[in-house]
Amino acid sequence: MEIILSAAIGILATSGIWLLLRPRSFQVIIGLCLLSYAVNLFIFSMGRLAPGRPPIMPKGGFVDPSNYADPLPQALVLTAIVISFATTALFLVVLIASRGMTGTDHVDGKERSQ
Amino acid sequence: MIHQHLIIAPILIPFITGALMLLYDDRQRKAKFWLSLISTCAQLLIAIELVIRAKSGGADGNGSIGFYLLGDWQAPFGIVLVLDRLSALMLVLTALLAIPSLVYASASWSRQGQHYYSLFQFLLVGLNGAFLTGDLFNLFVFFEVLLAASYGLLLHGSGQLRVRAGLHYIAINLAASLLFLIGVSLIYGITGTLNMAHLANMISSLSPEDRPLLHAAVAIMAVAFLVKAGSWPLSFWLSTAYMAAAAPVAAMFAIMTKVGVYAILRLSMLLFGPSAGASTGFGAGMLIILGMATLIFGLVGLLASQGLGRMAAHSVLISSGTVLAVTGFAVAGGGPELLSGALYYMIGSTLATSTLFLLIEPMSREDGGIAAMLALTADAYGIDDADVDEVPDAGLAIPVTMTVLGACFGISLMMLAGLPPLPGFIGKVAIIQQLIGDNGLPPGLNWAFIAMLIISGFATLIGLARIGIQTFWAGEDTAPRVLALEIAPIIALISVLGLMTVKSEVTLRYTQGTAQDLHQTASYAYGVFATPRAADREGAEIQEETQP
Repeated sequence: MEIILSAAIGILATSGIWLLLRPRSFQVIIGLCLLSYAVNLFIFSMGRLAPGRPPIMPKGGFVDPSNYADPLPQALVLTAIVISFATTALFLVVLIASRGMTGTDHVDGKERSQ
Repeated sequence: MIHQHLIIAPILIPFITGALMLLYDDRQRKAKFWLSLISTCAQLLIAIELVIRAKSGGADGNGSIGFYLLGDWQAPFGIVLVLDRLSALMLVLTALLAIPSLVYASASWSRQGQHYYSLFQFLLVGLNGAFLTGDLFNLFVFFEVLLAASYGLLLHGSGQLRVRAGLHYIAINLAASLLFLIGVSLIYGITGTLNMAHLANMISSLSPEDRPLLHAAVAIMAVAFLVKAGSWPLSFWLSTAYMAAAAPVAAMFAIMTKVGVYAILRLSMLLFGPSAGASTGFGAGMLIILGMATLIFGLVGLLASQGLGRMAAHSVLISSGTVLAVTGFAVAGGGPELLSGALYYMIGSTLATSTLFLLIEPMSREDGGIAAMLALTADAYGIDDADVDEVPDAGLAIPVTMTVLGACFGISLMMLAGLPPLPGFIGKVAIIQQLIGDNGLPPGLNWAFIAMLIISGFATLIGLARIGIQTFWAGEDTAPRVLALEIAPIIALISVLGLMTVKSEVTLRYTQGTAQDLHQTASYAYGVFATPRAADREGAEIQEETQP
């Protein structure tokens, strides 16, 4: 499981970084999305990987914490997802505005040949 | 009761004001302006009260550091707000920049787009929150708040140049935020805590296997801060973005780089200070090198740039490079006196760069002179100057414009170049004095930094004087029409600089205390845990009352 997850994070991050360095603004935004997926999975894995352990404890009585997953990284992931979702949406608006104003989807607002 | 809750007021006041203003139409501009002005003035007053508190005894008697447990969770389980001398100082600086910028924007800029005042208040929420928080993930959230607001503000007024600069600015900051997240989650994975004070306690007792991993995590996080601080080679976005931003926005952005510097200063002193065991001094060499490289990049850029906007942006780089390098020296063991000089210099240079950004417009409003130069620059850089702002129709124009503008420009030039008697000079002298003395660092490094400080001052003098001569002496006789609302904030910023000069002993004593506090991390690191929960405290009071 560790190998699969780390490979997934690695592949997402690699593709994300490659796309981020491309000249088209749509590629950049997809790159940022992939990168944020990689980071979210990474945060999640920081709570240690273990199958079959819920993050929420039942109310009352004695509970053995080792039977439960760490809830904090999951809460952090949730926050990170919301924030990166919102900022990506904002970025999308700016991207469309830039496309409309310059007539090209190059990140510099003009093609290299011009 | 109110007394202890005052720490959270700098976050809540702009937050509520900003949200309230969203409910109303933009046609209520006057009401919105007054509301924002009241909110910002209240923040200044509270910040001053917090400085007084941080100076003398602290909010709850915990030495000079005040703690506020959000949600009344015992540290390290909940988020804490921490008020020490450094954060109080930054709060005052933020409010001091915010009021002039707000007044300036009311003259014409706030009309160029929607929700200017709300975005401005949200920017203040993020700034104040980032300065106050004592939790790493909370710091991330406040960074995002301030960045989201800054995206909106940077795009304010629209136009091709702004949208393009905004695209780059947003992309680089999103990438930096992801790095920040990686660093934060790695730190949590290793230590199991996100509380800065708790981390500072744990750092000396880390196992040798975990230590390199933690260093890597902090270094990854530092990259995100360095992007914000505008450190070379992560600063190529900065000059275009700052130049493209509307003048009052750019004036406020002068403190945005200082947020990055603040985060680096706070975390390096806390985590890698003298009591960090094997981690002491981590990253110091890198900070010194990057700081100096930023300084060189800033001064070369300043000499090369043709417009005042780009020059002001590069002087922002010079200022943050200086403070970054001194932070490196302080982590390496340069002593509190050195850091104190740098803090003093940082206040002065932030105010002066902000003034420069506000001066750009009034100075370039006439025909010829700087306007021609700006147009030339725009051609050279392939930028379309599509946003020629209209001269506002209403408002009071002031007499002897050129004299007033020239004086203000001259003073901020003197400040940035480090000429006596202004704070730039005092701060640089304080830094150089410590570098000359025996501070236990390699003398070659000391002398290299001294040389760079002096050369950067000289370069600033040459670059800005060139623009000044163009505008004020070689310009046409027709004076530009400048509104009182535009010149008043500039004069206010200049008079704060003047006040800093006259009261330099008081200010320096405060920054010295700040630097000493930063070197003694124990009161910060243990104070958080000594803070009782409000519920416990009330319980204890009730018990005391019932006992005869």
